[in-house]
Amino acid sequence: MPDSNISFIPFGPQHPVLPEPIHLRLVVENEKVVEALPTVGYVHRGLEKMVEAKDVNQMIYVVERICGICSCMHAMAYCQGIEELMNVEIPERAKYLRVIWAELHRMHSHLLWLGLLADSFGYESLFMQTWRIRERVMDILDKTAGNRVIISVNVIGGVRRDIDTEMQKWVLQSLDAIEKDLREIYNVMKDDYTVKQRTVGVGVLSADDARELGLVGPMLRASGVASDHRMTGYAAYKDLDFEPVVETAGDSYARMIVRMKELFQSIDLIRKAFARMPEGDIAVKVRGNPTGEVISRVEQSRGEVLYYIKADGTKNLSRLRVRTPTFANIAALFKILPGCSLSDVPVLVLTIDPCISCTER
Amino acid sequence: MGLLDKARQRSPWLIHYDCGSCNGCDIELLSCLTPLYDVERFGIVNVGDPKQADILVVTGSVNQQNKSVLKNIYDQMPEPKVVVAVGVCACTGGIFRDCYNVVGGIDKVLPVDVYVPGCPARPEQIIDGIKLAIDKLAQKDVVKEEG
Ligand code: SF4
Repeated sequence: MPDSNISFIPFGPQHPVLPEPIHLRLVVENEKVVEALPTVGYVHRGLEKMVEAKDVNQMIYVVERICGICSCMHAMAYCQGIEELMNVEIPERAKYLRVIWAELHRMHSHLLWLGLLADSFGYESLFMQTWRIRERVMDILDKTAGNRVIISVNVIGGVRRDIDTEMQKWVLQSLDAIEKDLREIYNVMKDDYTVKQRTVGVGVLSADDARELGLVGPMLRASGVASDHRMTGYAAYKDLDFEPVVETAGDSYARMIVRMKELFQSIDLIRKAFARMPEGDIAVKVRGNPTGEVISRVEQSRGEVLYYIKADGTKNLSRLRVRTPTFANIAALFKILPGCSLSDVPVLVLTIDPCISCTER
Repeated sequence: MGLLDKARQRSPWLIHYDCGSCNGCDIELLSCLTPLYDVERFGIVNVGDPKQADILVVTGSVNQQNKSVLKNIYDQMPEPKVVVAVGVCACTGGIFRDCYNVVGGIDKVLPVDVYVPGCPARPEQIIDGIKLAIDKLAQKDVVKEEG
């Protein structure tokens, strides 16, 4: 029988390398993956419909819990949308503070991903090292905002907390230490034989493919497309002159390098933000309810998130729709999986930096 | 107490399943394994196979789709076993309680031994919860022997 070499392997929903549940049915021929069929819905909660039960302000806490990893950026996108609807101009200082916390989230998210990637090809000491560095970022979040993971600093009209000069000094010192540690890890990751064997030339996506599939964030930039939504200059990004990090190879290695370089970029942005942050208020009072519809976009650690908000002047919104970055990037997975060997599946699944709870909401 | 029971309490193996969580609690749980918190000093090892695990740590609320998966994992674990619910989501459904696809906390499906509240629960709390779970494991060992 010609078909006799075909077998089916279930991958997930509970799998050691997956922190989150997604189920892939892998059709393999000998050791080669022929097809991957996904099943989703393990984390679907129905958060968009919560707008009927929670009011405009309460929704901030709900959108933060779409994903605990980039929670701050979710709240940022949501608040920016509502502020646009209500014609509120938030104070300059609040814009800078939002950038600082957003970049800290990007750092902890990328470090987390780097560790998981190392773990997926069995490099456990590297996993431990990156997570050790990440704890310093968590300390900064804890000290500046009062919580480690979901920090709830964004409110409609500004931010809830300020970072005073003393704290700034401490944060900058911590950043110096983080940067020093990161340099060491970066050199290891960049040249290590094991890492290269598992990532160079694996899961290649050309720039055309990436564009056609509608990819976002580091996935797109690793394929040589310079697209970063921060360049449109929302919040305080317009004053922080920077360039998107781009690699051209389009393989897993390029995606890793992009994310590592973005870590240094984030440190840089935070330093600049502290240096240029003006004195002043951190929030304005907002009264009334929003009306109209708006699209608000923010660059998260995994790529661009899109919020569609529709309001009719009552205290509950009439519709909220979120297009999260993984929703866009998951298409890439079904392009790079067929043809790879079975042992590369965990690494490839991780290189898109999947966030299932974002995707399913 | 047999040698095996003693060994189990000194080195319980843990399996983690993410029901419908927002990731907040998962990353805190993973933080527990890493150098700063390092639960391995209590002999705790994170495994991927339910057949080798003594403690089931669940984050997030149960929904229609993952109900059966959770039950399945629990059933595959050998006795004695304990269940730890991490985060308010897993305890009661938390902020997602009112969502249409959410059944509620995991005690709707499994018997829960330890509840760890918090949104997200901090690593210190999680470690404390797991410590309590180890004590429960010891009690269950005794019950098993007598019964
Ligand atoms: S308890 Fe909070 S942080 Fe934990 S999974 Fe639920 S919503 Fe996320």
